Amino acid sequence: MENFKLELDADGILTAALDVAGRSMNTITQGVFNDLEKLIARVKTDAAVKGLVLCSGKANGYCAGADLDEQDANNSGAIPSSEAAIRAELARVAVLSDLLRALELCGKPVASAINGLALGGGLEMLLATHYRVAVDDTRIQLGLPEARIGLLPGAGGTQRLPRLIGLAKSLPLLLDGNSVTPAKARDLGFVDLLVSAGKEIETAKAWIRGGGIGSQPWDRKGYKLPGGSPYEAVGVAMTMAIAGMRKATSGNYPAQLNILRCVYEGVTVPIDTGLRLEARYFVLTQNTPQAKAMVRSLFLSMQELKKRSVKIADSERREVRKLAILGAGMMGAGIAQVSAQVGIEVVLIDRSDADAARGKAAIEKQLAKAVDKGRTTRDKADALLARITATGDYSKVEGSDLVIEAVFEDRKLKADVTAKAEAYLGAEAVFGSNTSGLPITGLAQHSKRPENFIGMHFFSPVDRMALVEIIRGDKTSEKTLARAVDFVQKIRKTPIIVRDSRGFYTSRSFHTYLDEGYELLADGVSPIVIDNIGRATGMPRGPLELCDDVGLDLCLSARQQAKADLGDAFVATQEDRMLALLVSEQGRHGRKNGKGFYDYPADGGDKLLWPGLAEFVSVKLKNPGAADIEEIRQRLLYRQSLEAARIFADGVIDDPRDADIGALLGWGFPSWTGGPLSLIDQIGTAEFVRRCDRLAARHGARFAVPSQLREMADRNAAYYAPVAPVVSNV
Amino acid sequence: MAEAYIYDAVRTPRGRGKADGALHEIPALELATQVLQALRDRNGLDTSRLDDVVLGVVAPVGEQGADIARIAVLNADFDHRVAGVQLDRYCASGLEACNVAAAKVICGEADLAIGGGVESMSRVPMGSAGGAWSVDPSIAFKSYYIPQGVSADLIATRYGFSRHDVDSYAVESQRRAGLAWHEQRFARSVIAIKDALGLTVLDRDEHMRPETTVESLGKLKPSFAEMGAYVFDEIVKQRYPEVGRVQHVHHAGNSSGIVDGASGVLIGSKEIGQALGLKPRARFRAMASIGSEPSIMLTGPEFVTAKVLARAGMSKNDIDLWELNEAFASVVLRLNQAYQIDPARMNVNGGAIAMGHPLGATGGMLLGTVLDELERQDLSTALVTLCVGAGMGTATIIERI
Repeated sequence: MENFKLELDADGILTAALDVAGRSMNTITQGVFNDLEKLIARVKTDAAVKGLVLCSGKANGYCAGADLDEQDANNSGAIPSSEAAIRAELARVAVLSDLLRALELCGKPVASAINGLALGGGLEMLLATHYRVAVDDTRIQLGLPEARIGLLPGAGGTQRLPRLIGLAKSLPLLLDGNSVTPAKARDLGFVDLLVSAGKEIETAKAWIRGGGIGSQPWDRKGYKLPGGSPYEAVGVAMTMAIAGMRKATSGNYPAQLNILRCVYEGVTVPIDTGLRLEARYFVLTQNTPQAKAMVRSLFLSMQELKKRSVKIADSERREVRKLAILGAGMMGAGIAQVSAQVGIEVVLIDRSDADAARGKAAIEKQLAKAVDKGRTTRDKADALLARITATGDYSKVEGSDLVIEAVFEDRKLKADVTAKAEAYLGAEAVFGSNTSGLPITGLAQHSKRPENFIGMHFFSPVDRMALVEIIRGDKTSEKTLARAVDFVQKIRKTPIIVRDSRGFYTSRSFHTYLDEGYELLADGVSPIVIDNIGRATGMPRGPLELCDDVGLDLCLSARQQAKADLGDAFVATQEDRMLALLVSEQGRHGRKNGKGFYDYPADGGDKLLWPGLAEFVSVKLKNPGAADIEEIRQRLLYRQSLEAARIFADGVIDDPRDADIGALLGWGFPSWTGGPLSLIDQIGTAEFVRRCDRLAARHGARFAVPSQLREMADRNAAYYAPVAPVVSNV
Repeated sequence: MAEAYIYDAVRTPRGRGKADGALHEIPALELATQVLQALRDRNGLDTSRLDDVVLGVVAPVGEQGADIARIAVLNADFDHRVAGVQLDRYCASGLEACNVAAAKVICGEADLAIGGGVESMSRVPMGSAGGAWSVDPSIAFKSYYIPQGVSADLIATRYGFSRHDVDSYAVESQRRAGLAWHEQRFARSVIAIKDALGLTVLDRDEHMRPETTVESLGKLKPSFAEMGAYVFDEIVKQRYPEVGRVQHVHHAGNSSGIVDGASGVLIGSKEIGQALGLKPRARFRAMASIGSEPSIMLTGPEFVTAKVLARAGMSKNDIDLWELNEAFASVVLRLNQAYQIDPARMNVNGGAIAMGHPLGATGGMLLGTVLDELERQDLSTALVTLCVGAGMGTATIIERI
C-alpha cells in the first residue's frame, strides 16, 4: 500500500503504519482514503488477520490531520445553491467518516499505538479504534484543533469524543481546540494506557492477543453517555458550554456554535445518525466565509509566511551567529532572550555596564519564573543566559552578523548609537532598527551603509508576540532583506515585509481603531457602548480601554511627534482634543496611574468609568438599537480594513497576506475575519465599497475608499482568489 | 359574546418548598384535589355541571405530569364527565389557566370551569421538566440566554434600582403580608390542607419573615454575582452594550420564595350562576399575553399592561388595584416606574417575596387575593399580571359586579 506499511505477525495481528507518500508529516490525503478502504476490507475479509494495530511510519508523529490544501480547494465560502451540489458535498465530506465507522465495525479488535502527535482527522482516526495506547511523553499533542481555524471535526470527533468521555470533559476540547498530553488524555479517558517509547506497538498487540473486544462501547447493549445526556448532565454542562462559547466568541465564530449543535443533537441518537448530523454541520461550517478566511489566513498564509524566503544567491545568505542589541530596555532584553534561546550569541549593549546588566537581570528574572512553572529547565535557562553578554562597551559589537537597535524613539539618539556600532561592524553585517514608526529611509541617512540598513519592528512582549514587521528603506538591498527574513524565522517568529512609510503598516492601521474610538466618543456614543461593541467585534479590547492600557501620555507624545514631523500636513483630530484634555489638563495617563477613561481601583478591583468624563463628552447615544450597534461595529472594523487597503494601494505592502497576518499577529485583529483585507473579500469588495461610501457620507473622509479598491469593486475583484463574494452582515 | 364571571377563588397556604416544609408530605395531586373539593363544597356544586378544569403546572413531570388536572378531577371524586387540562406558561401558568377557563366560557365552549394551578416545588424541583431553551445551542445562543436571576439583576441595572431600593421593596412586602395575615385579609380564600385523618397540616403561609429589615437583608450575599462573573455578565454586555457592570442586587430575601401550593378559581357564565344560585363577584374585563425581549426576560408586565389596557379600553387611571407577581423586586419596581403606579395600590397585601411563588399556582392566587382586597376596600377594578420565562407577560383585568 502506498500510504500504509503493512506487516502481519505470527499471531495474525496486522500492523498498519501510516506513512503518507510525499509528505514529511502525515496528513490525510485522498490517497489515505483509498488505502484505508482497502485496509479495512482486508481486515474484514482476510481470515488470517485476527486484529489490527494502527501506528505511524514516521518518527515525527502519527498524523497532523486533514490535508487543508486539498480541502481548501473545495471550499467556495458559500453553501452550494443547488440541492444536487449540496448532496454531492455531503457525500464528499462523509467519506472519511464512513470509513472510520466501517473501521470500528470491522468485527475484529483494532488498537492504536500512538508514538507522536495526533491532531484533527489524525486523532479522529484513533478515536475510531477500540483501544488506544500512547507513549507517555509530554511533548506529544493530542487534540481536535479544527475550531481554531473555523472548522469542526468532521470525521466523527464531535460524536466519539463525547461518547467516550462525556459532555463536560469533551466540550472544552472540541470548542477551544486545545491539545493535551497523552497523560492528560488518559485521565480524561480517551487514551487507555500509557507506555514508554518503543513499547506502544507491542502493548497494543498484547491487548489484541489478550482478547481485546472489537467493538465500541456505543455499539454494545446498555451503553449510556458518561456523565449523562444533555438533559441529565450534572452541572448543566450544555448551558454553561453555550454561555462560555458566547462569552469567548461574541457570536462571531459559526464553527463553535455548530460543534455544540453536533454534540447536542448527536449524542442522544444512534451514532450513525450522529455522524450524519456531523457531516451536515461540517458542510454548513466549512462553507461559511469565516471558515474560508480562517483556513486561508490562520493556516495556509501563516505557514507560507513562516517559511517564506526572499530570493538571493545561496552564497549571499549569512546565518546570524552573533547578534548585537543596542538598548537593554524591555524590547532589547526581549529580543536578546528569544535570540539566545535558539543558540545565537548575543551582546546586549546599553549606556553603561550597569544599564546593560539591568536588562540581562530582567531576562534572568523571567527565566526563573519559567523554571518555577516547569516551562524550561534550570540547565537550559543557564545555558541561555550564558550566551548573553551585557556590556556598555561598543567594541563588543565586533564580529556581529546583525545589530538590532532598540533605543528610545529619538532620531538623534538612534543616529548616535548607529554610528557607534557601525565603527565596529564588518561590511556584510545587517543593521536593523526596532522602531515602531520612524521612517527607515530617514534613519538610514545616519548609516554609512544604508543598503544594509533595515527596519525590524518587534512587538511587546517579545517572547509572546509572534510577529516581526520588516521594513525596507529606499536603499535597503534584497540581500539585507533576505537576511533579515531568515533571522526572523530563525528566532521562530513570523515576518511580514512592508515598505517604508510613516507608521509602516501595523502602527498606522492599528491606530485607526483607537482613532475611531475617539470619533465615536465625540459623536456622543457612550464610552461603555464603544468598548463593549469594540470587544464584541472580536478585538481583544475596546478602543478606549485599550488607550488606557497603552498609556494616554504615550498616545499624546506620539501625536506630538506626528505634528512635529508632518508640520502643516498635520490635521488635528478628536483624539488630539481629548488627549489634551485628559493628559494635559487632568493628568490622566491611563492604567499606569490608575486614571484614564476609567478609574482603576488600587486594590485591583474592576475598573469603573471615570465619572468626570461626563463633563467633557455629552452622551447622546446611551441605549443603542440593532442598527446603531451594526454601524459602530462597522466603523471600528472598517477603519482598519480601509487603512490596510490604502496601504496596499500605496504599494507599502505587496502581498495581502502580509496585511492580514500582520494584523492578526500584530494587534489581535479578530481571526474570524481572516485579517483586514480578507474581511473586505468576505463582505465582497462591491458591498464593502457601498458600505464605506455610506459611512463616508455620514462621518467624513476617513471612510473614503482608495481608488484601487473602488476599481476592484467595479470589476468584482478580490484581494485573494477571485471567488464569488458572499454578502455577510459583518 | 358571553361574559365570564368569577364566582369563587380559593388557595392553599404556601408551605416552604423544602423537605422540612409542612406541605412536603402532601403530594401535588392531593394539593390540587383539596382545592377542587373546597370549591365544590363551599359552593354546593353539582360537579356534573362543570365542563372543564384547567390547571397550570410548570414542572409537569413525575407526580405533576401527564395532565394532573384530569387526575385531580378523578381524585376529588368529581363527576367523571368533567374534563381536565394542564398547561404551562411558566410563572403565569395559573393566570393563563384562569384566562383559558374564562375564554371557554366567553366563547361558549363551557358554562362553568375551574382555572388555577398547582406546584409542589419541594417534591418536583424547579427545572425538573428540562426544556430546550437553555440547553439546545441553536436557541440558547441566538436568544442570548441568561438565567432569570441575572435577568432580574439586569433590570435593576438598566432601570437604576439600587440594592437599597430592592431590599426596601422586599421589607415592605413582608410588612404588608404580615399585616394582611394579622388582619385576616386572606381568610376568605385560604383553605387549610388536611392529612388523611382530617387533621390540619398547614393553614398559614409558612415562608413569611415579617421581622425582616433592610439591615437584616443587607447581610445576604447577592445570589447571581458568581454565575454572572463566571460567564453571563459578558452575554449581558453583548446583548445590551450600554451595560458597563451588571449590578447584582437580588438574593433570597428580595426574590420570590420557593414554596408548595395550589389555587382554584371558579369561573362561569351569568346563566350558570343563576341556575346554580351562585353570586358573581367579578367579571373578566380583558385578558392578554405578549412576548418581550427574552434575554432580559422579565420586562413583559410593562408591555402586557399596555396591551390589556388597550383591549379593555381603559387607561392606567381606571385601575384601582394592581397585582404583579413579585418574582424579583426589580420586576415590580420597573412596572411602577414605567406606569408611575402609586406603590400603595400595588401588591397591597404583599406578594411572593414574603409568601412564596408556587410557580404554576401563583396566577390563580393573585387573582383571588386582589378580588378579596377589592371587596375589602370596596373598589372596582384590578389588573393582575406576571412576568414570564423566555420573555413574556400575561395579564387580566377584572371588575367587580
